[in-house]
Amino acid sequence: MTAHKEKQNDEDRIKEFLKQTLPPVAPAASPARDLWPLVLGRLDSEPATSYTQLRPFTQKLPWFDWALIAGLAVFAIAFPATVPVLLYYL
Amino acid sequence: MPERTKDVLDRFRHGDLDAFEALFREHQQSVYLWTLRIVRNTAAAEDLTVEAFLRMHRACARFDPARPFAPWARRVATRIALDWLRARPPETELDSDFATTVPASPAADPGVAAEIRSKTAQAFARLPPRLRIAAVLFLVEEQPHKDVAAALGISVTAAKLRVFRAVRLLRKDLERQGITP
Repeated sequence: MTAHKEKQNDEDRIKEFLKQTLPPVAPAASPARDLWPLVLGRLDSEPATSYTQLRPFTQKLPWFDWALIAGLAVFAIAFPATVPVLLYYL
Repeated sequence: MPERTKDVLDRFRHGDLDAFEALFREHQQSVYLWTLRIVRNTAAAEDLTVEAFLRMHRACARFDPARPFAPWARRVATRIALDWLRARPPETELDSDFATTVPASPAADPGVAAEIRSKTAQAFARLPPRLRIAAVLFLVEEQPHKDVAAALGISVTAAKLRVFRAVRLLRKDLERQGITP
């Protein structure tokens, strides 16, 4: 038996097991209720524009990013010779 | 693409709620069906369908009206369903009442031992979610590779590879459990 045929048989057997375990969903399956009111309700409860979108870039950064920036600045001032190395790795 | 559809898509892109509702009404069933095929839980499929449409609404400005809506909707729904699968512990992956709650095609063959079904279900639940989606859509639901690949946002070759890896992992798992496929 060729490797391709063996692979195909293998796939067919697994497929049969899976189909017996998880019956395919009927193509006509539809939600038990109208979902549009739920969508509308969720849309109403959401702000038109989220606060995150309105905040300036500087307020979006978490504190540890600021700590890292401050650390790098101190390091660059204390050891100016390392600035090109830092820039190389950025 | 018909002129009316293009107009609806254009208006949707600009955040028009009526256009969004028209698209929702047109695609609700297909998005629900696609999601149900992946998550295999009717209540979750309803919630995820709502979530998918909300995400589409939020991302309407990024939608390209020159492209069809259905594949985009399916892709958004797949991403949300994948997140849902990832968030659930593996042992709760398959609902025991799936066969009775999901409108399914012909029932399981009673000739296939319950033990085999149970072990296959366990092996399936242990698959990584991204392989599980590819396996269930292609092997169980018999969706074309092209559609599965588009929904997952990968190439057809990558989709075939995922199915192949899923089959291999399932076979190994079943063999470990004493079942030789």
